[in-house]
Amino acid sequence: MKISTGKKKSSAKKRAAKTSPSDFYILRLYIAGQTPNSVTAIANLKKICEDKLKGKYRIEVIDLLEKPQLAKGDQIIAIPTLVRRLPPPVKKIIGNLSKTESVIVGLDLQPVR
Amino acid sequence: MPRSSPRVVRTPLAKSRTGIQGLDEVTGGGLPKGRVSLVCGNAGCGKSLLAMEFLVNGAIRYGEPGVCMNFEETEEKLIANVASLGFDLRELSKLKKLSIDYVSIERNQIAEAGEYNLDGLFIRLAHAVKTIKAKRVVLDSVQALFAGVGDSAILRSELQRLFRWLEDHKLTAIVTGEAGVHTLTRYGLEEYIADCVIALDHRVTDQISTRRLRIVKYRGTSHGTDEYPFLIDEDGISVVPITSLALTHIALTDRVSTGIPALDEMMEGKGFFRGSSVLVTGTAGTGKSSMAANFASAACARGELCLYFTFEESPSQILRNMRSVGLDLERWVKKGLLHFNAMRPTSTGLEGHLAAIHKMIVKLRPSLVIIDPITNLVSASGNYDVKSMLVRLVDFLKVEQVTSMFTNLTFAGDPQERTAATVSSLMDTWIVLRDSKPNGRPRRELYVLKSRGMAHSREARELIVSKKGLELGIVLKGHTLATKLDDPPAVAAAE
Repeated sequence: MKISTGKKKSSAKKRAAKTSPSDFYILRLYIAGQTPNSVTAIANLKKICEDKLKGKYRIEVIDLLEKPQLAKGDQIIAIPTLVRRLPPPVKKIIGNLSKTESVIVGLDLQPVR
Repeated sequence: MPRSSPRVVRTPLAKSRTGIQGLDEVTGGGLPKGRVSLVCGNAGCGKSLLAMEFLVNGAIRYGEPGVCMNFEETEEKLIANVASLGFDLRELSKLKKLSIDYVSIERNQIAEAGEYNLDGLFIRLAHAVKTIKAKRVVLDSVQALFAGVGDSAILRSELQRLFRWLEDHKLTAIVTGEAGVHTLTRYGLEEYIADCVIALDHRVTDQISTRRLRIVKYRGTSHGTDEYPFLIDEDGISVVPITSLALTHIALTDRVSTGIPALDEMMEGKGFFRGSSVLVTGTAGTGKSSMAANFASAACARGELCLYFTFEESPSQILRNMRSVGLDLERWVKKGLLHFNAMRPTSTGLEGHLAAIHKMIVKLRPSLVIIDPITNLVSASGNYDVKSMLVRLVDFLKVEQVTSMFTNLTFAGDPQERTAATVSSLMDTWIVLRDSKPNGRPRRELYVLKSRGMAHSREARELIVSKKGLELGIVLKGHTLATKLDDPPAVAAAE
C-alpha cells in the first residue's frame, strides 16, 4: 500500500484551514504490511474519527514495508503507531487502537458539539 | 569454504575480530561470528565504547560495515564522543561503512491502546543493514526500551525475536545492558543470549578506580575466566591478557652487565641473566635508584632500548640526580634509547598501572624495564594485590624476554619488610642494600642475597656512590651482616 488517505476531504480541510487550524487533525498511522493488527488499527481509527472528528481530520497510512526510511523521522518502534501530527503537540499512540477510550484520551479528542 | 585441512575440525566457531587490543587474545579470536554477544556492566564502565570500537574497527580494518542503533545518545553526541578517540563517524557514514540510528523513546509522548509489536524497530534495523550491507550490529542499550514500552511481556518476546532475527541474518552483534543488583543485567537480558557474555566492571577501592573485564560465558570456545584489567585512554580500550597458564618461557643463558664491574665480578664475572628479574631492596638513601639508573645506562650504552617507569620522581629530577653521581642519562634520552614514564602511584589502581605498563612495553619493545620503586604501588593496594600484579608483570616480561629491575624501599627496623618477602620469590636475583655505621662512619653496603642459576658471591661489599659513579669497595667482614641476614624468616621461606 502506498501512502493513501483514508478519508480525503479536501473541502473539509480547506474549510478547517480557513476557520481554525487547531481544529483540524492530521493523523498518521504506521503499519507494516496487512497484519491483523494493522487491519484492526485502520478500521478502529476510521470509526473513532467518524464518531469524534467528522469532517475535521485526515488519515495518512504509511506502510513501512514499502517505505522503511520513513520510520526514523517519527521515531517509530512499535507497529501499529498512530501519530497525531496536527494539532500540536505531537502525540503517539501504539497498539491496534482497540481500546477506544485510550485512543480518545491519547489524542486529546474533544467530543463533537 | 575449503575443508581439505583437518584443522577445520579444531576451529568449531567462526569469530569476528573486535580489533580491541587484548580482547581478541582473551576470547581466542574475537566475538562469535553471526551471533549476539552481551556486554554488560554498570554506568560508565565502558560498554558503549567497547561496542563502538567493535563497530568502527569492523568498518575500517575488517571490511565489515556496521549499524549502531543507539537508544541513549543522539547521533551528534555519539559522533562527538567517538571523535575524541580519533574516529570520524561522519566520514564513515558518508562512505557507507557505518550507519547510526538514534532511537528516541519518550515515554510521556506515547500512549498504549491495544496490541502491538516492535516491527518498527525491526524495519529500521533491517533498512539500515540492507542499505550499507552491514555485517555488524550494535544495540546500545536495549534496556532503554523497558522504560519506553509499558508491556514488558511483549518487549521480552520481541527482544527474543530480535536476537533471533540478528542471527538469522548472520549479523555479529553486541547488545549492551546495564548491570543489575542481583543479576548481570537489570532486565535479565543474559537469559536471552546464549553465546557470549562479557561483564565490565569499574570498581573504586580506597578512592582509586580500576577497570576489569571478565568473560562470563562463551559457548563453544575455551576462554580465560580471569578478570582482566583494562584501560581506557586516547587509543580506546586495551585489555591486558596476562597470566599465561604455563611456565613455559625460555630461560636465556646470555648475560647482561649490571653496570658496575665489581658487581658483575660477584656474579660469575658476567652479571645478570638476560630476561631475568632483579629486585633491589634497601632503606632510604642506600642507592637503589642509582643502581637502577646505572643498569639502564649500561644497557643504553650497549645500544639497547630501556623503559624506565618512575613512581616517585619526575624524569627531570632523575636526570639531575643521576648527573650528581656521574651518570649522564640525558644523552640516552636524546638518542631515543631511554624512555621515561612517570606515573603517580595513586593516579590509578594497580590493575591500571599494570595495563599501562603492559601497553608501553608492547608499544616500545624494550630489552630492559625498570620499575622504580614498587614500594609506592604497595601504597595503592594491599599486599596480595601487589603480588598478583607482579606475578603477572614478571610473567609477561619473561615471556617477552625483557630483563627487569624492581626497586623496593625498606624501612630500618622493619626486618626485610613484608613486600620484599612476598615478591622476592618471583625474582631471580635479589640485591640488598643497606646502610650501617661501624665505628660511627656511615657507609652503604651491598650483597647479593640470591641469584638463581649462578654461583654468585655471598660477600657483603661496600657500595661507594660518588661523582665518578657507582663502585664497590672492600669486602666487609660479616660482623654486622650475619645477624641482619638471618633474622627475617620470610626470606628463608621465599628462597
